[in-house]
Amino acid sequence: MSGGVDSAVAAARAVEAGHDVVGVHLALSRNAGTLRTGSRGCCTIEDSMDAQRAANVLGIPYYVWDFSERFKADVVDDFIAEYSAGRTPNPCMRCNERIKFAALLEKALALGFDAVATGHYAKIVEDADGHRELHRASAEAKDQSYVLGVLTAEQLAHAYFPLGDTPSKALVREEAARRGLSVAQKPDSYDICFIPDGDTKGWLAEKVGTAAGDIVDRAGAVVGSHEGAHAFTVGQRRGMRLGTPAPDGKPRFVLEVRPKENTVVVGPKEALAVALIAGSRFSWAGLPPTDPATPFDCDVQIRAHADPVPAVTVLDGDELVVTPEHPLDGVAPGQTAVIYVGTRVLGQFTIDRTVSAVPAGV
Amino acid sequence: MVYLDHAATTPMLPEAVEALTAALAVVGNPSSIHSAGQQAKRLLEESREQIAATLGADGIEVILTGNGTEAVNLAIKGIWWQRQTPARRRILMPAGEHHATLDTVEWLAQHEGAVIDEVAVDEVGRVRLDAFESALGDGSSVSLVTMLWANNEVGTIQPVEQVARLTARAGVPLHVDAISAYGQLPIDFHGLRRVTDAPGGAGLVALSASAHKIGGPAGIGALVLDRTAAVEPLIHGGGQQRKVRSGTQDVAAAASFAAAARVVAARLDDDAPRMAALRDRLIAGALDAVPSARLSGDPDPAGRLPGNVHFSFPGCEGDSLLFLLDAAGVAVSTGSACQAGVPEPSHVLVAMGRTEADARGALRITIGHTSTDADVDAFLAALPAAHAQAARAGLAARATSFDR
Repeated sequence: MSGGVDSAVAAARAVEAGHDVVGVHLALSRNAGTLRTGSRGCCTIEDSMDAQRAANVLGIPYYVWDFSERFKADVVDDFIAEYSAGRTPNPCMRCNERIKFAALLEKALALGFDAVATGHYAKIVEDADGHRELHRASAEAKDQSYVLGVLTAEQLAHAYFPLGDTPSKALVREEAARRGLSVAQKPDSYDICFIPDGDTKGWLAEKVGTAAGDIVDRAGAVVGSHEGAHAFTVGQRRGMRLGTPAPDGKPRFVLEVRPKENTVVVGPKEALAVALIAGSRFSWAGLPPTDPATPFDCDVQIRAHADPVPAVTVLDGDELVVTPEHPLDGVAPGQTAVIYVGTRVLGQFTIDRTVSAVPAGV
Repeated sequence: MVYLDHAATTPMLPEAVEALTAALAVVGNPSSIHSAGQQAKRLLEESREQIAATLGADGIEVILTGNGTEAVNLAIKGIWWQRQTPARRRILMPAGEHHATLDTVEWLAQHEGAVIDEVAVDEVGRVRLDAFESALGDGSSVSLVTMLWANNEVGTIQPVEQVARLTARAGVPLHVDAISAYGQLPIDFHGLRRVTDAPGGAGLVALSASAHKIGGPAGIGALVLDRTAAVEPLIHGGGQQRKVRSGTQDVAAAASFAAAARVVAARLDDDAPRMAALRDRLIAGALDAVPSARLSGDPDPAGRLPGNVHFSFPGCEGDSLLFLLDAAGVAVSTGSACQAGVPEPSHVLVAMGRTEADARGALRITIGHTSTDADVDAFLAALPAAHAQAARAGLAARATSFDR
């Protein structure tokens, strides 16, 4: 229970479904702030108190469990390392994979619980043989199946998402108000929870340090300078402060980040188009396809809120290769691609190889 | 429910509840001049005298505060502001003090230029007197000394008399936080000053206590202040309580505090050995059930609070044990300071030379005036299963079978 409205209502529904429910708030930082600020929806003492108030209203026990060490090692340090290596990680996904449905789940199972229920918007559906599948939530706008795409069959076996069938977040808020939960109107959170003021760039500069480097075009000509390549993400347009305009007068986008050379490559939007993505770090969310080595139709989604794109996937040796029907924009190495079949999450992989849709020099 | 967390707070004594409700019906501000005010004043001062009597002090020496933490703040900051000079900036205290003290002296260090001098403790948490004596020196650079009478986590009783004597000799004022000792050990403020030859303004001059640790209400504490102690007030206003702590006085809370103090003082000779016997049985039973358990604090029964048991369970998380015992109907504590329930590794255990990993498996079980043999039995019955399960859960914070 983060202290937000979703986990509070999820807990309420779990109680109502007849489960023996205990509220657990994860302490993810040893020096939590006192009061909630901006759009951060967790991790302050105020949030912990909100979670406890919700548990009180529901009449369930409530505890704070300290996962700050694991969170630092597996999520925060990983985030820094990935950015330093020029990749774009998704820390929420990492938290689901390593903390909520690993460290927390393992501890819960050891303490005699059967499952971890969260306020995520996603569905678990059992097939005719009782195998669990992960599906998109009914509330399309809030669907969080993407960030849960890392869960494996073993993890899904102990996951429970009571909000999966709810058509909209507004209904969850209404329900919270009806149940007398004080967090009914608490603002949504958007920012990364461990970056206090939402200033990812500044936070990274503090952790990684700054070092002046070149911004170059695709031909290698220097077109500007920057104070640290880690602050840039593929597809980014703003914040480059390029003095000279591009020859064609069109806006330039980050095409590539080269941390070793501390160089950022920029170019026109068209050059962002990617015809193929691939990665060898993958997992299946439930039963794997019977024959992944034979190309199969699917949809691929490369960001939490990106549109899914029809694609063909094939397991080629130990590498999962996805060819989208039309080129993808703004694909950054380190991003996670989640593969869907209909509403079902089939699996995911970390993108570590891409093939541009545009020949170099164009 | 089996309640074994008396160091956090104690159930209110029936006498204290009765005194509170009766006094709530009394009309009158004790500072008013009319008869109603005088009635309230009488009840207040009778209560103050009764509280004072249980601490070996006079009524006029007892300043009633909002809680124990306020009493500690008043003593430390109040004495500091009276005593500090550019040449006298050091505050001496043993390592492993309560947060009421730690955070107060740290604030003084950050904002007022105080210099904190933490004196080492031994492996049971007792201050090293030789180290203390050398840190004190001739006392000329020390503004004050502050220490716990007994540690609130591990129950180790400090050599209060020796420290009081050293500070008396050095002419330095000493504040003793007796909050965890009150109701468990005899406390005689005047007696201690006498046997340690305390001169005016030095040696033991201030002592903190709190009502809710002895079966009284939360929301009232006391600072015993010797007549010769110079203390700067933290709260200014109408000049109540020797002008040290202004504000309308809470007669009902004082009456309730006094009722609890009377009862506890009258029973102490019987109750302390009774609690100690429960404690020793609990310690022996727990070590029998879980041989790997490690008792923290003084293994000598005479050196620890009658109500304190503190174990480290290697390989377990204290919060897992707490949860499992709670689910089994037994309320205990991990013992360390919490911020909205977030456990920190205990600075007390770290000061005693224990590792952070060791400190994670800490569990504090504290016995009080309502504790019975049945409570100890219930704890010992619940412990083996809880321990076995917590040990299985213990590794989850490090690595899990879901890792890949």
